[in-house]
Amino acid sequence: MTASVQPAEQSAATTLLRFATAGSVDDGKSTLVGRLLHDSKSVLTDQLEAVALASTNRGQEAPDLALLTDGLRAEREQGITIDVAYRYFATPRRRFILADTPGHVQYTRNMVTGASTAELAVVLVDARNGVVEQTRRHAAVAALLRVPHVVLAVNKMDLVEYAEPVFAAIAEEFTAYAASLGVPEITAIPISALAGDNVVEPSAHMDWYGGPTVLEHLETVPVSHDLTECHARFPVQYVIRPQTAEHPDYRGYAGQIAAGVFRVGETVSVLPSGRTTTIEGIDALGESVGVAWAPQSVTIRLADDIDVSRGDLLAPADDAPAVTQDVEATVCHVADRPLAVGQRVLLKHTTRTVKAIVKDIPSRLTLDDLSQHPAPGQLVANDIGRVVVRTAEPLALDAYAASRRTGSFLLIDPADGTTLTAGMAGASFAAVTAGAAEAAGTAADDAEWDF
Amino acid sequence: MSTVATVPEGTVHPYALSHLDSLESEAVHIFREVAGEFERPVILFSGGKDSILMLHLALKAFAPAPVPFTLLHVDTGHNFPEVLEYRDRTVAEHGLRLHVASVQEYIDAGKLRERPDGTRNPLQTVPLTEAIQQHRFDAVFGGGRRDEEKARAKERVFSLRDEFSQWDPRRQRPELWQLYNGRHAPGEHVRVFPISNWTELDVWQYIEREGIELPGIYFAHEREVFNRSGMWLTAGDWGGPKEHEKVETRQVRYRTVGDMSCTGAVDSDATTLDDVITEIAASRLTERGATRADDKMSEAAMEDRKREGYF
Repeated sequence: MTASVQPAEQSAATTLLRFATAGSVDDGKSTLVGRLLHDSKSVLTDQLEAVALASTNRGQEAPDLALLTDGLRAEREQGITIDVAYRYFATPRRRFILADTPGHVQYTRNMVTGASTAELAVVLVDARNGVVEQTRRHAAVAALLRVPHVVLAVNKMDLVEYAEPVFAAIAEEFTAYAASLGVPEITAIPISALAGDNVVEPSAHMDWYGGPTVLEHLETVPVSHDLTECHARFPVQYVIRPQTAEHPDYRGYAGQIAAGVFRVGETVSVLPSGRTTTIEGIDALGESVGVAWAPQSVTIRLADDIDVSRGDLLAPADDAPAVTQDVEATVCHVADRPLAVGQRVLLKHTTRTVKAIVKDIPSRLTLDDLSQHPAPGQLVANDIGRVVVRTAEPLALDAYAASRRTGSFLLIDPADGTTLTAGMAGASFAAVTAGAAEAAGTAADDAEWDF
Repeated sequence: MSTVATVPEGTVHPYALSHLDSLESEAVHIFREVAGEFERPVILFSGGKDSILMLHLALKAFAPAPVPFTLLHVDTGHNFPEVLEYRDRTVAEHGLRLHVASVQEYIDAGKLRERPDGTRNPLQTVPLTEAIQQHRFDAVFGGGRRDEEKARAKERVFSLRDEFSQWDPRRQRPELWQLYNGRHAPGEHVRVFPISNWTELDVWQYIEREGIELPGIYFAHEREVFNRSGMWLTAGDWGGPKEHEKVETRQVRYRTVGDMSCTGAVDSDATTLDDVITEIAASRLTERGATRADDKMSEAAMEDRKREGYF
């Protein structure tokens, strides 16, 4: 059944899709991931033999594909996934990086981590159970992290006689809910990961479904979009000054374009100072180019000899972000020790790390039902909440909704460097469009709630 | 299928990047983050393809300035001569500074003892750790890839190590967005893996695209080898073959390059980069499964070595 997938044909010009899966073992996530890897020939003979041997040693009859991803001794011993596992597979059309996040243990922290770099999230539900608390939680994380594409995989369709009404009801309920949270694109696919329906090959049991299989969708979902509509942002990482006989006067600002497009001749502001200058040249890892775009790593040369260093941000002079020392954000607390009001922290934003203090924690959010808990005083591991932070120095901070890369930050414990909290500046959920709000019905009330 | 705010499927925008460009940009970003945040970074350089790829990416990241890092090679004393020659030539060509930590010197000084199986890979940990302490390196670039091995699949790009170089997989910092947290206390250091997200095939495709030169042993050649535990090992002073092991001449190449005592060659007629890429794409074995005796020791062999400070 894998005839359509031939890694040997993979060309060097395919694109890359980073995606995340969310769901528990009970939903069949391991089976789905195992099938994607297996059917794209990404699991090789020695790995399968090792899994078969390990499964036998545990007294299991069939090879347990979860052992492919559960890499740590403790995970295998306890039969649980502790950490995000990154998996790699390819088809002739695309290379994939899959962040496989566990459903149970530390689920929020891990799913937030996986979703932070994902362009697509697959949310699994069991067709027999439909949309449950966990499904709503996964949809909320995808919405909070602004994952552009969400796939609802309605699994175990074989156990509900491949019945269209069952699928349609779940798809409608989920789509309404996720749209109300601002998820821009939702694709629902009826599958049976165990039987292989609509994972790689189209199902022979669901004539009523005319959409893509999971793999087809992964292969064709757009990974690039019209960057000219994005706010162009370039955090300076490093100043390149060879000071050699060959390049006595070269001075370039190295960085990875965080968003949008930059062009030679463009007038840019340097933030937070606010000085303006012109882009004189762009060196793209060995060649001079006239235009460069996210996420290219380049070196930008400026026309004027002004003070620019690591931590500064270049942005178009007519589209620069406001500079602020007061940050309001939605955060996910990722450390085992809590975050409290009054705590002194470091805030790492793009290439800039500054001292900061937690001024307020106005609320904590329960992802299952989006209920709010005002003034919790502190946040503990896996909590989602709102925080107000005052920084010692000004930051050129975007709203996370406008720019994932320049709207995100970490709070770090200055004592030992522990990563405490992952932050997203601005409002929590995207504004609800009129159409989606209508479709969402009562759920829209929750989305408009400002906590 | 229910779709909200549909984007036409398969639309190609002018601002797309190929997967190799994406991976290259990510690696360059990681190198530059380290240059911006650390005092004394070093690149682990063995002359193997992954470390050659790292050096190539570092050269591109800082051009036209020189690479702001030195190199460190942990020499097991059982290295392939072709690889050592390549190492020295590369260092000279780019005007780099190379530190060598020698396992042989540790054995000669009685600080390390040869293992009964003759394998020196696990012996690299102590010289590596002491070199890091001695030179006060605070960031150590390794060419580890998450697709290589299941313990490595859980590794962070920035991986904090204590003063004993130990890795605690359960106490890793969550890594979000492209925000790498390199904070560490004096004596601690951070292992950095810029090619975490590359697969073996990506590495070869990129080597072909960039025209990167590799040591000849990566391509098919005639070699005197003998079979031990299902792997073709090269005869040599390191302790092979034993009496009952028959030496024969075969056409082979190396998929990985490590210590001669535990790195196996594979039968191959792939003499060019194109051939190698075709061969890897069709292979049914992982590179470590095919060529590394040390990873076959137990299900958690790599995890255990990593915990103790291995690459």
